[in-house]
Amino acid sequence: MSATFLGMPGDFPKNAARAVQDSQLRYNLRKATHTIRGKRAAVVDELPDWRELRAAGKAIKDETLRHLDRYLVQLEEAVTRAGGHVHWARDAAEANRVVAGLVKATGETEVVKVKSMATQEIGLNEALAAEGITAYETDLAELIVQLGDDFPSHILVPAIHRNRAEIREIFLDRMGDAPPGLTDEPAALAEAARLHLRERFLRSKVAVSGANFMIAETGTLVVLESEGNGRMCLTLPETLISVVGIEKLLPTWRDLEVFLQLLPRSSTGERMNPYTSTWTGSAEGQDFHLVLLDNGRTDVLADEVGRQALRCIRCSACLNVCPVYERAGGHAYGSVYPGPIGAILTPQLRGMSSELDASLPYASSLCGACYDVCPVAIDIPEVLVDLRAKAPHGAAERAGMRVAGWILDDQTRLAKAQRAAGRLRRLVPRRLPGPLSAWTDTRDLPEIPEESFRDWWEREG
Amino acid sequence: MRVALFITCVNDTLFPGTGKAVVSLLRRLGCDVDFPAAQTCCGQMHVNTGYRDEGVRLARHFTEVFAGYDAVVAPSGSCAAMVREQYPKLVRPGSRGAAAIAEVAPRVHELSEFLVDVLKVEDVGAYFPHRVTYHPTCHSLRGLRLGDRPTRLLEKVRGLELVPLPAAQECCGFGGTFAVKNPAVSAAMGADKVRNVLDTGAEVLCAADNSCLMHIGGTLSRQRTGIRVMHLAEILAATDEGTRP
Repeated sequence: MSATFLGMPGDFPKNAARAVQDSQLRYNLRKATHTIRGKRAAVVDELPDWRELRAAGKAIKDETLRHLDRYLVQLEEAVTRAGGHVHWARDAAEANRVVAGLVKATGETEVVKVKSMATQEIGLNEALAAEGITAYETDLAELIVQLGDDFPSHILVPAIHRNRAEIREIFLDRMGDAPPGLTDEPAALAEAARLHLRERFLRSKVAVSGANFMIAETGTLVVLESEGNGRMCLTLPETLISVVGIEKLLPTWRDLEVFLQLLPRSSTGERMNPYTSTWTGSAEGQDFHLVLLDNGRTDVLADEVGRQALRCIRCSACLNVCPVYERAGGHAYGSVYPGPIGAILTPQLRGMSSELDASLPYASSLCGACYDVCPVAIDIPEVLVDLRAKAPHGAAERAGMRVAGWILDDQTRLAKAQRAAGRLRRLVPRRLPGPLSAWTDTRDLPEIPEESFRDWWEREG
Repeated sequence: MRVALFITCVNDTLFPGTGKAVVSLLRRLGCDVDFPAAQTCCGQMHVNTGYRDEGVRLARHFTEVFAGYDAVVAPSGSCAAMVREQYPKLVRPGSRGAAAIAEVAPRVHELSEFLVDVLKVEDVGAYFPHRVTYHPTCHSLRGLRLGDRPTRLLEKVRGLELVPLPAAQECCGFGGTFAVKNPAVSAAMGADKVRNVLDTGAEVLCAADNSCLMHIGGTLSRQRTGIRVMHLAEILAATDEGTRP
């Protein structure tokens, strides 16, 4: 996955422990996630058939994934018929190579970008920079992240960790044409970004995008956005290159009916997003290239439990309800996919060989709030538990779990252990040593009873 | 009615008072309570921490111990949810284990479910003259979908004043081994839960899971708030004469 996040130090617990100390970050995150959470709840509750829509979304995605091979070929044929060019990329390196080659063939050294998770996943901007090509993000939040040499921390709101005072600072420091008297009023910040970006849209000959959906029967790509900047990137440049994960397919145009209801309500909490752009091949006279990205997705598809993560439509509703995300922030996950969906997607896409990736399946209290709001019913807790069984475990923990299992295997052993604990109850210190201090640093221990329930039952039950 | 008590390993070892309260309450309501002594643990800690083999062994043991009972009652939403929701995912569909689970799982009830749905009782004759707030634990809320069963029971307790808990549906941050694997986030979630509990002005925080109460109560105690935590069973068992079984 992304080169952007490689070299992120520490594992999730350490990253999160640092983030929890940052009171400004906690305030920004709490305010933003609770606002979107409330809006989502209101527009979801007003639909009497939300449950049916959710079931339909799940069913359509499952059907698509079951026959992905067939639908992908159908898509390729439709895009080609409409004058577009289709490229297949096995991994990030191959996708980056294809895109860099296409840009170079135009003779340009600059591209404008529509907000896209897939291109972040493969570290496209860095790969293009290495080839002497500058990529300009045009989504307002992505622009803030790019100007600040920062990492995105949310799927929908990449700069959610920044407040407007911080954004003003970034614009004044890093955006050459920012007006000197810039205030931190949202309208003033947006206007400054608008003027900065307009000039780029008009100048650029090449655009790079992702897509929310690809329609197999017609070869149409679909982008949903709020700002209109995406629309300008998609329509103004002479060459358009779209990098899209192979799981973004829908079989038919009609299937959009379901997803155009599920996505905006789940993601921004709106009944409908302001801009929905659709295009089919080179129908508008552009030179159009579609790069279909695998990058680990077929491996995920092979996993019976984990494959449901490929239903994800990147709405980020699970981030906005997650109590762990709200306190740890997106950077702690060390991936362009943070939050609950990231905790199941990242370890599947890039494996669990690093300390960070191996800690992600444990970045959840399994409270289940994410599953409840997921518009395509991904049972995130189920996948987390499944990944935990595959994750590497430390030697001390393994030994402790084996002993606990041995004691719990047998009532006599359990009773003996309980009696031993009862006898030693006065000797338990208020603060426990070693890894168990993680409990007693902030919480008192319960008093150990003299007699277990089972001994009481035997005596006088 | 002959009822098997699944006490759960946490209650058995650390909170025997909850078990005694369940026995007292169910006997008062006319049940013949049995405690199958061979029972140990549902296996949730092992499965949810990634030790599936140990968990499956404990699950098999559970299905053997509780086979043949009309009803199994557990004073824990989390352990009941483990048996009902997670056990079927541990075995191959169509296997012998799957059949054994399909046999026993539907007869496992969390305490408030058993009272409201099986015994069809909401007023259990309890007396508890205190200001109480109720935290719906995640696995009873989003796993078992207990809904308002526990609060319906509490509302019928004589003398009890039930005050709503702000942001009640948010996880307290316990999460089993999550509490020690991610202590910073767990403590931050616990601190927010405690602040909401304090805002209610309640004397007692009640829940259907002692493991969550151990985490919230441990934080309440460390902060010297003076607020007690009590399992739902202990409040429902309380009468004018006390709680002796």
